[in-house]
Amino acid sequence: MRHILSLLMENEAGALSRVSGLFSARAYNIESLTVAPTEDPTVSRMTVVTSGSEQIIEQIGKQLNKLVDVIKVVDLNEYRHIERELMLIKLTAQKEFRDEAKRMVEIFRGRIIDVTENTYTIEMTGTGEKLDAFIEALDDSMILEVVRSGVSGISRGDKAIQS
Amino acid sequence: MAKKKEILRGAEIFCRALKDEGIKHLFGYPGGAVLHIYDELYKQDAVEHILVRHEQGATHAADGYARATGKPGVVLVTSGPGATNAVTGIATAFMDSIPLVVFTGQVSTHMIGNDAFQEVDCIGITRPCVKHNFLVKDVKDLAETIKKAFYVATSGRPGPVVVDIPKDVTADSCEYDYPKNIDLRSYRPVVKGHPGQIKKAAKLILSAKKPMIYSGGGVILSEASKELTEFSRLLGYPITNTLMGLGAFPATDKQFVGMLGMHGTYEANMGMHHCDVLIAIGARFDDRVTGDLEKFCPYAKIIQIDVDPSSIAKNVPVDVPIVGDVKHVLTDLISILKTEKDKPDAKALKEWWKQMHDWKALDCLKFDRTTDVIKPQYVVEKLWELTKGDAYVTSDVGQHQMWAAQFYPFDKPNRWINSGGLGTMGFGLPAAMGVKLAFPDETVACISGEASLVMCIQELSTCLQYNTPIKILSLNNRYMGMVRQWQEFFYSSRYSHSYMEALPDFVKMAESYGHVGMRIEKSSDVEGAIKEALALKDRTVLMDFVTDQTENVYPMIAAGKGHHEMHLSSDTDRELA
Repeated sequence: MRHILSLLMENEAGALSRVSGLFSARAYNIESLTVAPTEDPTVSRMTVVTSGSEQIIEQIGKQLNKLVDVIKVVDLNEYRHIERELMLIKLTAQKEFRDEAKRMVEIFRGRIIDVTENTYTIEMTGTGEKLDAFIEALDDSMILEVVRSGVSGISRGDKAIQS
Repeated sequence: MAKKKEILRGAEIFCRALKDEGIKHLFGYPGGAVLHIYDELYKQDAVEHILVRHEQGATHAADGYARATGKPGVVLVTSGPGATNAVTGIATAFMDSIPLVVFTGQVSTHMIGNDAFQEVDCIGITRPCVKHNFLVKDVKDLAETIKKAFYVATSGRPGPVVVDIPKDVTADSCEYDYPKNIDLRSYRPVVKGHPGQIKKAAKLILSAKKPMIYSGGGVILSEASKELTEFSRLLGYPITNTLMGLGAFPATDKQFVGMLGMHGTYEANMGMHHCDVLIAIGARFDDRVTGDLEKFCPYAKIIQIDVDPSSIAKNVPVDVPIVGDVKHVLTDLISILKTEKDKPDAKALKEWWKQMHDWKALDCLKFDRTTDVIKPQYVVEKLWELTKGDAYVTSDVGQHQMWAAQFYPFDKPNRWINSGGLGTMGFGLPAAMGVKLAFPDETVACISGEASLVMCIQELSTCLQYNTPIKILSLNNRYMGMVRQWQEFFYSSRYSHSYMEALPDFVKMAESYGHVGMRIEKSSDVEGAIKEALALKDRTVLMDFVTDQTENVYPMIAAGKGHHEMHLSSDTDRELA
């Protein structure tokens, strides 16, 4: 099953490679991994999307916790949570296709953020599924480039995951 | 007015920090990147530097020192090849959770990443085989990083820590302030076990009809041998130790049923298979212990006590997990058991012990005592007799390691020193040297084989230079014995590259290093030779025992089989169920 793990870790050189190294050394799956500093510049937040049996997910959590740089590990699946991903996508948009592309972007609540004579560049956020759906709705030949950020997640309600 | 702090160079800070940490021995080998440090070592005498002959020897010696004393072993090597040579020893310590602090030189900070002379990405190379590692980029961080390294290496589940120090950091200066304590917000090992879980465990323990205590290296690391012994005697349950846990419970005690696992005793493995409550204490359910996981302890409820949460239920589902330091958890368990009204089921236990004795009656460790050719088991047994079971014994890896574990019953912890997890050939000799430095007045023996021994043979020079008179017992069967055994069993006796041709004359070799060499060819000469070697108190002795080439280690559970599917010997070759 797919799980979203949210990690707080020391913002130290090499911390990312400790996590990615752990996943490869123990043959765990990584679907996506994002990392950036938090409001406290000494702490980074990492969001890892992984999959595996309950036993594997439990081990991943324990192994991550064991890393000396890791302050906290939370499995967001255990909480009501929101996940979002950012996608930047460049489409060919010429003549008669220009209007159709614009309509599609509106339907999916994206924004056109760059325009040339031949292309639109679109910004879109949502769950991974929504972004997948947008890509599927387009004609393959229209897509020039896709850049996705990987998933970020946060728990709903008053509870905050802090160091 | 506060005392003005001293301004010291990085290299001086290094030496002072070791002194303030109470370090007495440093195992190392110099090179370009650590020359500032070596210059400072020359000027001080608080820390004795032991010059090894290969960096692998430095890490193994420090490792042996740590296993025997319970204190961290400390290593200093240079950058590049110095660091890579140390990696095998670091990985060895990592697999067995041994506290080491390994300092590696690094090229100067402005050169890092430029493919400079003797540069490797030491942090990258060692990352998967250390508990943690640090690159010190600024001399201001040096003292605190050294403190952190010792703290991380020795606390929680211990392990090796690497500190990579660029050359310019050792030349730069700053105020010296060695912290007394360190607190890392991201690293706070659990010590006490959860009281509710401990109560639950006590209840389950007392409900057992066919209990087994299965304890491992964690008991020795936690210095909980006394508590384990009290706990076991209080209950009167059978106890087995893993290879790493030997000595934590007295092996000559009548409750001890021997080592378990691939070459464990029949009674220990059958006990595991048939038990209804398994009490795992500081043991990690390694594949050499469990055999086929599908067939592992099919009837048992399992309690597992471990300081490392990731060890719990990693391979085998556990009914009552307890995260905590073994020593603390056992102390809590003992106090509950003492006040508890319920007692162990004496009648069931009597039945269980009867079953144990029936299994034991098969005498699974018997070997042929009538031959004139030397049986390797006999050599180990004699060593045990002649040292009154009280020597420190290191070993290498292979058949001789298993025979040492089977035929030298250890009654005390920290006496049995071997590479269990990684299985590193070449470990025994340097490890023995490290032990002897820690305990100059104790008998230190290295049980080895001719294949393992030569992997770190160069350390014989170090033994001479620092006067560490160890006794090496090489069980020389002219084969990589365990490889040969597997080839006999599983590859139709095709002995592919396991025969050691062109062996050196070990007697002359020992002599050329300034030691005593002996070659023993007859069973009747074994006792005399060991006696003679032990009498040479101030000399390192290499005993080259020419042993039976075809002897195999029994009993044996083939890989992928269950505990109840043991082979007892080649002539019967019976599988017992």
